Formats: sequence, structure tokens, C-alpha cells
Amino acid sequence: MHPALQGLLTIVIGVGACLSYFWASNQFLDRVLFPAKGPNAGRNINRANMIRPWLFLFPALFALSLYLAYPVFETIRLSLTDRVTQPDGTTVYHFVGLGNYIQMSGDPKFWEALWNNMLWLIVVPAMSTAFGLLAAQLTDRISWGNLAKSLIFMPMAISFVGAAVIWKLIYDARPPDAAQIGVLNAIYVSLTGNDPQQWLTVPFWNNFLLMVVLVWIQTGFAMVILSAALRGIPEETIEAAIVDGANPFQIFFKIKVPQIMPTIMVVWTTITLVVLKIFDIVFAMTNGQWGTQVLANYMFNQLFVTRDWGVGSASAMVIMLLVTPILVWNVRQARKEMR
Amino acid sequence: MAGVQLNGIVKAYGAVQVVHGIDLEVNEQEFVVLVGPSGCGKSTTLRMIAGLEEISDGDLTIDGRRVNRVAPKDRDVAMVFQNYALYPHLNVAENIAFGLRIRKESKEVIASSVEEVGNILGLTPYLERRPADLSGGQRQRVAMGRAIVRRPKVFLFDEPLSNLDAKLRTQMRAEIKRLHKRLGVTSIYVTHDQVEAMTLADRIVVMNDGKIEQVGSPMDLFLNPANTFVAGFLGSPPMNMVAAQITSGGDAPVAEFGGQRLTLAPLPSLQNAVGKNVILGIRPEFVRIADDSAADSVKVEVDLTETLGSEALIHASLNGEPFVIRTETVGQMNVLDGISGFTIAPNLIRVFDAETGVALPGQVTEQ
Repeated sequence: MHPALQGLLTIVIGVGACLSYFWASNQFLDRVLFPAKGPNAGRNINRANMIRPWLFLFPALFALSLYLAYPVFETIRLSLTDRVTQPDGTTVYHFVGLGNYIQMSGDPKFWEALWNNMLWLIVVPAMSTAFGLLAAQLTDRISWGNLAKSLIFMPMAISFVGAAVIWKLIYDARPPDAAQIGVLNAIYVSLTGNDPQQWLTVPFWNNFLLMVVLVWIQTGFAMVILSAALRGIPEETIEAAIVDGANPFQIFFKIKVPQIMPTIMVVWTTITLVVLKIFDIVFAMTNGQWGTQVLANYMFNQLFVTRDWGVGSASAMVIMLLVTPILVWNVRQARKEMR
Repeated sequence: MAGVQLNGIVKAYGAVQVVHGIDLEVNEQEFVVLVGPSGCGKSTTLRMIAGLEEISDGDLTIDGRRVNRVAPKDRDVAMVFQNYALYPHLNVAENIAFGLRIRKESKEVIASSVEEVGNILGLTPYLERRPADLSGGQRQRVAMGRAIVRRPKVFLFDEPLSNLDAKLRTQMRAEIKRLHKRLGVTSIYVTHDQVEAMTLADRIVVMNDGKIEQVGSPMDLFLNPANTFVAGFLGSPPMNMVAAQITSGGDAPVAEFGGQRLTLAPLPSLQNAVGKNVILGIRPEFVRIADDSAADSVKVEVDLTETLGSEALIHASLNGEPFVIRTETVGQMNVLDGISGFTIAPNLIRVFDAETGVALPGQVTEQ
């Protein structure tokens, strides 16, 4: 069968199955379980209406528990076991307790990844939010602000790997006598006259060169959200501050920023969540070499390169433990905002 | 002396002029109310005085200094906004202190000023609260506190009471008046509510369509509106307007309308205007109800009588135009139903030129 036809058929079957599920389950509820007739018609209608939301929620709840909750427990289990391939080719799982975690804590690459993640965690959300706030404030005041906003927002549409490739070209280095196609080296060489640098191999600082990519992407996100928040500030409070004698900086930092503080925190934590899961950029640009390892890339290496499922799962658990509290706080803040 | 002078103040947005050359002198310690229908330019004028809008043309002087190009913070004015404009992230004390902090006053000065203002406005129990936890009246007080704490040369009020309910509005109106008596700061107050204008003002400025229609004390404007616009704007219910023609001069000039006649005051401007088409401005409060027997009564057809307790509004028609009479109820409930006409003293009729709407010379005086 032609693949396109096959795809179409799948869609038809899938949508048809959904429709028939909702139709049939509602029919069952209304006709068989609690029919709206007989001596208890009123009570039955009420009961049917109490159950109906769950009929609609069930597919989503089922899919979420299958694809989200189950993997979490499976990862916990895997992180506590060792996979052993026996001489006859079959694999068995041995329970090893915290063995994988202990093994991981002895791996300097793990500590490097944890330390680098901390660096990312501090630098990227702060820089993205700060630049986003600056861009939001400044673009609101110029006539071509919307064009500027579109340009700043555009990196959001590029995949992390695509962005990594672009920036890899910027950091590119050619032999000293060749023409430099990397912008950074072109500028560096023409300004200083030194030999071109392999920027991504410069220890410690190469971390920041990778972070720049994510800041470049996330600034647009922060700008859009903060710009909307800035516009929501009542104009009269700003005018009152003007009459009270505040200068533009005081108005920005003492009147505007405090009023949008909840939004700033939501933007900050949302970017923090992205940062904790950072993988693609590091994978595509350095693959964790030269001291740039991060937790997600470490996990990937353990799982799919070293094929050590135990340690890989253990590092996944570490990431989850770091993400969860921030996620909870973020959701709470966002809910408070909505109220 | 901290007066405010406006000399030919113009506001234009591009080619569209919205305020057409305002001349006004506000004296020191005076309470001046700008009143007019929405869109008349009163708020724009106030915002130009505050420095929130640029002045397109003319001169603005505060305390003898031309301030057209002076930043709002250096004009030494304070403003109370319609929506209070409190800083939502600061508590009451911090809201009041904000202007002083910005001006880098010492901590002791700020603390004592906030305490004093809290006492004056009865805000002491609420100093730690955020604006969101205050009622409308309390927020309004904080907004005023923020203005008075700086001891500015001029207070500017931009419809400060329009967001309050009727009862609170009356209460706050009295409080503003009391505050002005106590502090004696030059105040300019914008409102579209004529009751606020009448009760608060030392002088009222009636504006319409970007121009000043008339300036004067509340009673002066009430008795002697300069034109039909002011006559129709001030007073509730507004002044009745009756189209008429002056038919004879002499000692008792007479105006005729629809076969009826009214005797006017013996003013030269009326005696010399025989044959002129005029509009007679008759305050609903100034007429006396009369029955057919009175020789000089003017006949009206009564549609509806509204009894408001101590007084009644009689909605009638005269020459097919609505005509309202306001009268006391006490002692005459029995006659209210049978009203067929009214009389009015000649010196209480305000006469306007029918073509221009401008009042003919001559004063109406209180008896």
C-alpha cells in the first residue's frame, strides 16, 4: 500500500475510533447504565452527568499514565538494577540498590555535568530574562518596534539543533593562513592579528559560548511575555510616578518591574525548566567534550553510547529531582497569575 | 504667591486642535473647578498644567515662573487621578512616601510626614495594607495623601470622585473641601459633575469644545449664565429656555411667545431691543405656581408631577417645549395637581439673544 494512503487510513481509523468511543460510551451511560426514564429518571440524569466528564477525560488520563507515569516508575526501577547479559544470550536484571548512584558519583564526568548544569541554570535564565525585559521595554518605545520584536522573536522558531549548527559556524576556525568563515574568528583575527582560536575547545569559557545559543533563542520568548505584561501596567500609575518626580530609570525599576514581578518569575522559571533539560545544543556542538558536559547529554551517553541502563536511569532521576520543585512552583505561580 | 496663569494655552494633536487658547488666572489658595461635558478639553488642560501633556502654544506660569518646558517633577504640583493610580506593589505608607523617597528626603522626615498625613486622612490603621485590600474610599484617601504629603504649590484633581458610589462621593466631597480649608493650597479640580463644581469651587470655569464659556463664582454662574450653554449645563434640572420676541419697551418691557406674554425687568438692553428675537432663561426654582385667576400668569400644560419629599418637579410643556417647575411641597400638596400656570418676578428672567445665545446685558440678583 502507498504510504500516503496508509497514513490517511490510519487517520480515518484513529478519528473514527475516537468518535465511536465517545458515542458508544455515552450511549451506554444514557441508555443502559442510567436511563433517563422509569421511576428514577431524575436521579439517573444527575448520576449520568456526574460520570460523563470522566468518560471524556479517560483517554487523556490513560495516555498520560501510560506515557508519563509508567516511564517514571520504570526509570526508578531501572536505576536500581543492573542489566547482565548471560553467556546464553539472554539478559537478566539484578537488583543492586543504590549501586548505580554510587558508581555515578565516582564518575568525574557526572560532577562536571552537574556543575555545568548549575552554571547554565544561573546564567541562561538571568540573561534571557534581562535581555527580554530590556528588549520589551525598548521596542515599545520605537516606531519600528514591531519589526524589531519579530526579529528578536525569530530564533524561537529555530530548532535547538538548527541553532547549534548556526552558532557552530559562527565559532568556526580555519587554519591561520586560510580565510575565516567563522564570524567570531574573523573579527578576532582582524582586530588582534593573533591566530584564530578553536573557541569551543577553550575550557570553562566554551560553556558560555554554548549558553549564548540558548540565551539567543529564549530572549524572544521572555520579550513577548514581558512586553504583554508591561502593556498591562495601568498608565495612571506611571503618570502618578512622573508627577511624584521619578525619572525614567526609577519608573522602570521602582514602578514597572515590581508590578510585573510575578510574570518575570514565571518567565524565569519556565526558562529554568528548559535549561535543566538542555541537551541538543551541547550534543550538536561539543557532545560534552572539553569540559562542557551537561546532565541530559551525560544521560544520553550512558544510555545509548555506553549502554549502561542503570547509570543512565540514575542520571535521569537526578534531572527529574532537580526539575520537579521548580515545575511545581512555576505551575503555582502561573495559576496565581490567572486568578 | 503660588498662583497659576494660563495664557492662550493651546493643545493640538497634529492638525487637530482640541484646546483653543485658554486664558485663566488661578489665584493663590483658590479652589477652581473646570467643568464641562466629556471631550470639552478640561482634562487635557489639567494634564498640560501637570506636565503630562505637552503645551502646543501659549504660556503656563506657576508661582510666577514660566513652566512650559519644565519637567513635571520640577513644577511642584501634585495630582490625584480618577482611578487613584496607587502603586499596587507598595503598601499605603510606601505609596504616600514614594514622592519623598524619590526626592531623597531623610528617613525621619519621611516617617513623620507619613504619620501626619495618615492622621489628617484617618489612614493610620491602614498604613501597612496594600491598595488591593482597601475600599474605594480608602484608596481615594491614599491618593490624596500621596498628593498632600509633598506640600506642593498646586493640587490637581482629575475627576477624583467619579469612581465612588453616590454616598461616598458626597462624603469625600466634603472631605476635600475641608482639606482645602485646612491646607489652603491652590487647587484645580476637573469634573463633569456640576454638583461637585457648585459645592467645591471658589470659582467655576465652564468649558465646552476646547474653549472657556464662562468663569465665575458658583452663584454668579447659576444666576447669570453668560450664554445658553452655561444656562443649560449648570443647575439640576437645567434652566428652562423659552423662545420669545420683545414686543414693547418702556418702563416694563414685554416678551411675547405663542400668544402669551411675560413682563421683563426695565433694563436698557431690553427696552432698546423691541422686535428682537430672544430666549428667556427661567430657572425652575424661581417660578411660583399660579392658577388661572392670576392675571399675569403664564399657562402651561402639566404632563407629570414628581414628588421628591420636600419638593416636587412638575414636568409641563409650554409652546410645545418641555418646561420644568420646581416647587416646595409643604403646605401645597393639594394644589400640586391642579396647576395650570406660573408667575415669575421680572428681575429673575435671564434674557439671551436668540441668534448668538449670548446673554443681553443686565444682572439677575438674589432678592
